[in-house]
Amino acid sequence: MKMNRRGFIGATAGATAALAAPMVRASGDGRPRVVVIGGGAGGATVARYLAKDSKGAIDVTLIEPTRTYYTCFFSNLYLGGLIGLEKIAHSYGTLAAEYGINVVHDWATGIDRDARKVTTAGGYSFDYDRLVLSPGIDFIDGAVPGWDINAQNEMPHAYKAGSQTELLRAQVMAMPQGGTYAMVAPPNPYRCPPGPYERVSMVARVLKQTNPTAKIIIADPKPKFSKQALFQEGWSNHYDGMIEWVGPDFGGDKVSVDPAAMTLDIDGEVTKVDVCNVIPAMKAGRICEIAGINDGNWAPVHGKTMQSKMDENIHVLGDACAQGDMPKSGFSANSQAKVCAMAVRSALTGSSLFPAKFSNTCWSSLDENDGVKVGATYEATDEKIAKVDGFISKTGEDAALRKATYEESFGWYAGITSDMFG
Amino acid sequence: MDRKNYARIAALAVWISAAPAAADDHGDPERGAELFKACKACHQVGEGAKNRVGPVLNGIFGRPASAVEGFRYSKAMNRMAADGLVWTWDTLDAFIENPRQMVSRTKMSYRGMKDAQDRADLLAFLRLFSDNPADIPEAEPTDTSYLPELAPEILALVGDPAYGEYLASECTTCHKVDGSDDGIPSITGWPTEDFVLALHAYKQKLRPHPVMQMMAGRLSDEEIAALAAYFNGL
Repeated sequence: MKMNRRGFIGATAGATAALAAPMVRASGDGRPRVVVIGGGAGGATVARYLAKDSKGAIDVTLIEPTRTYYTCFFSNLYLGGLIGLEKIAHSYGTLAAEYGINVVHDWATGIDRDARKVTTAGGYSFDYDRLVLSPGIDFIDGAVPGWDINAQNEMPHAYKAGSQTELLRAQVMAMPQGGTYAMVAPPNPYRCPPGPYERVSMVARVLKQTNPTAKIIIADPKPKFSKQALFQEGWSNHYDGMIEWVGPDFGGDKVSVDPAAMTLDIDGEVTKVDVCNVIPAMKAGRICEIAGINDGNWAPVHGKTMQSKMDENIHVLGDACAQGDMPKSGFSANSQAKVCAMAVRSALTGSSLFPAKFSNTCWSSLDENDGVKVGATYEATDEKIAKVDGFISKTGEDAALRKATYEESFGWYAGITSDMFG
Repeated sequence: MDRKNYARIAALAVWISAAPAAADDHGDPERGAELFKACKACHQVGEGAKNRVGPVLNGIFGRPASAVEGFRYSKAMNRMAADGLVWTWDTLDAFIENPRQMVSRTKMSYRGMKDAQDRADLLAFLRLFSDNPADIPEAEPTDTSYLPELAPEILALVGDPAYGEYLASECTTCHKVDGSDDGIPSITGWPTEDFVLALHAYKQKLRPHPVMQMMAGRLSDEEIAALAAYFNGL
């Protein structure tokens, strides 16, 4: 299989490139060039699909700073002790070795849209015919008074997975008996709408076992949140009395922190806490700002092709883009990446352009063997990506269905990570 | 061994109390026939049985794994066959108890039958189709309760494979292309007709999974045909 694919790539690349050459800036070997910045659910997927479906006719470069990628999705299950950290760690080796993608571990720091050139912190530059930006999120400075990136060791966000996730887990395990875990939840829109609440479920699961008198406080600027009824039912079933959710009615939107004193101030009421998980307001990864394609905090795109509304040679995927109705999730980014790959391939090699179809499903774990999900399908209209149909798990479902949903989430994890990394 | 003895003893108890009618010393084939309904979505057994999503089960006892002509087994099952797996009472019993534990990455999307007596009864039923291959009982009607009514022209549609490949990219977010079942069922290598029927069954909300009902709900007949062709070829 692998041998055949490689042989096939070799045999067809020349012929296809000859056809495509007049349309594009020729790369060294005559193939059109796509540069992808960011190797997560959007970027890794689009790189893999471009390389795979063009059968080598497109020269694909993937720029991603980390050598080992930790998925943000499922990192809560690591916090909850349900999986090891290695389960969420992935290498880019297969994308390089089997798909012929040029994987560059570096930070993209500059984009010259006129010259169609990307420069990196390492001092390299890469020409492109099409550029795909899938940088995920960054935090908005000053969003939570008292907190900035210098305080992330005292008060971790753990909203980009890896060392932050390990740190937060270690802090939870080290909490004194009867101690307090606080979360400052982010305002909309943000990455993974159910993520903070699944995290609370997983932290509660650990504390119930190791520290049953501990308390959890969530300070939330939002009056309601994703899967709220399902989470609150789950908390009452599994962790009764442990979790206090403070919405804007009670000052959840008027919060500041003091990392040196380890205190949380909710509308003037100061609480000493043992762990403070600050998840600040978010914006598109900084490279979108550098490229000058943002409108406000996010990069607007046309749904049919995921092209930036500011530059037709740039596509934006996943959390960083403003597209319409899809939530910012790994599943959404993966779904958008396939539409984008098809559109880019069509533009560069003349392959068929099919109607854009999108979907999303978010599984959340309330406890081991207790999973819930929400999902929807979407289509591209002239204005935006618009929701077509959807569903959500129901409260009061029986244990067997919840177990099946929980197991299904592991199946999805195996599926999407194969779809991203090969 | 323990399981088998337990089954024998249990079956014997039934035999002693229930008179010498169903005198199989392993389990109750009539009850097994009822239990087999859960298998019928994928497997056929009896006269005229054909390979569907799963291989035909006539003559399974004593047969090496991966041995049914014309059926595309998972790599995992082929590996077990190469290692010498032969289907006997004990190996079948272990496999049905937890397919993925015995043959990890099998494409058999079945959670397993936990109850030892249930397995004994099911195997007693299956053994009817192995004991005397020349004297196969009348075929059980295929279980069609969840299957939609489809016009022959819909079943005859041949989809655009390039479109199928693009549409399939939406499936592979969850279903693995290598055909392994890791909490989400395998969908590769299915007979085209079974695939088409299954997707229409979701589309018509006859099959009960919310994600699949949603995904299939917006697929046209041509799109379903395209997907079936693509996954059949994987």
